[in-house]
Order: sequence, then C-alpha cells, then structure tokens
Amino acid sequence: MTEPAATRSLIVEREMPHPPEKIWRALTQGPLIEEWLMKNDFQPQVGHRFSFRSTPVPGWNGVIDSEVLAIEPNSRLCYSWGSMGLMTVVTWTLTPTKGGTHVRMEQTGFRSEEDAAYKGARWGWTKFIGNMDRVVGGLN
Amino acid sequence: MVMIPAMQAHVATDHVFAALADPTRRAIFEHLARDGEQNVRALTVRAGVSQPAVSKHLGILKHARLVRDRRAGRETHYSAQPQALKPMLDWMGVYAAFWHERFDRLETLLKRMDQ
Repeated sequence: MTEPAATRSLIVEREMPHPPEKIWRALTQGPLIEEWLMKNDFQPQVGHRFSFRSTPVPGWNGVIDSEVLAIEPNSRLCYSWGSMGLMTVVTWTLTPTKGGTHVRMEQTGFRSEEDAAYKGARWGWTKFIGNMDRVVGGLN
Repeated sequence: MVMIPAMQAHVATDHVFAALADPTRRAIFEHLARDGEQNVRALTVRAGVSQPAVSKHLGILKHARLVRDRRAGRETHYSAQPQALKPMLDWMGVYAAFWHERFDRLETLLKRMDQ
C-alpha cells in the first residue's frame, strides 16, 4: 500500500543547450506550442481551459481538452490532458544546468491530487493502477 | 505520425476507463482482484453502499468485461478479470513514443528560435 504515486507516470527527460527562459516561451506561447506540439488556444493562466487540436481520424475527434493547473514562470507548467474520457496530467519542469536546461515532462496516468474533484477519493487512480499493474504483471 | 496509434489505444480502453472512473467501482474491482471470487453480500459489507448500488456497479464492471459472474444456486459469485486492464496499462507505452517525437520537434524549434 506504499506504492509510490508515480508508478504509472510516463517521464521523458532531456538536457537541452538553451536557457530555461527560452524553453519556457516554447512551452507557453500558443504559436510556438503549435510548431512542436499541436494547434491550441493556450493562455498562461491558472484555470484557463483550452484545447489542443489535431486532424481528426476515425475513432478520434482530434481534440485534447485541457486546463492550466499550475504555472511557475521559467520552471514549472502543469495542465490536464483529456481525450475520449481519459484524463491525464502533463507537468513540465525546467531546471537550469551548466550548459542549458534539464527538461522533464511527466504525464501522470490519471488526475493528480491537484484536481479537487478527485481529492478524498478513497481509492486514488494512481494507487489503483500501481496495484493493478502488479496483478496484471503476475498474469504473464 | 505517432498520434494515431496513441489515440486508437484511447478508444480501445475507453469503456474500461468509464467503468473504473468511479472510486467505489475501483474499490470493488480491487477487492475482487486481490481476494478472489465473492458474492454480492460480501462485497456490500466492504463497499459501504447499499446492495442494489453494489449490484449496479457490478453490472457496469461486467459490461466492461472487468468482472465475470457465476451462478451457484441462489447466489451469484463475482470474480475479477484483470486481463481486461491490459490495454489501459499498455497505453502509457504508446504515449512514450508520442512524447519522444514531440521532444525532437521542440529541440528543432529551439534551434530556430532567437535567444
């Protein structure tokens, strides 16, 4: 029962030879976000609801519904990432290094503690998935 | 385009997510997965909601193929089918490819940007 909440997190990290301020612009300015991620109506404002839009394909309408959950300029950005009833949370963390910035993207499988609607749930998603991962892993 | 298989994984897992969106159903499912087959009465004692409510939750879990039922006389016994979770757990792996590709594109953009 002490399974870390990060069990079902997806983490992608990379060292980039650019200052955090520059990477922050690419993460938070709509036209720049579009260049590397997707069309969007992002605004750097906590509580702002927006969407990422991609070309629809059969079985998927091409829309990611999001809400800005946390912003700390040049260091941390967090938004929800929902599609087809599946809710996840994406958190970007920028840490300055000697040669540039350590960029970390963490996508937690399910709504985080920051989502008030899920606070107090007796069985948190992350714990559930951690437990189920062991059960399913045991099937093989 | 990495997006498409990721989204197909979304669709495949959608009914499983919907069934597990409710914390009471997650708890019921987890009890069955951990402790094995049980009847509605035993599940009701642990769930902290009424028996009709538990039966309704079990119906939704069954529809998502997360539980199986077995009649024995007047009792119905339920057991977890945790393999139904597999597409959901695999989903993270699919998204990994998506984000690695987007990191590449972010780096390409950063090279073009002014300081």
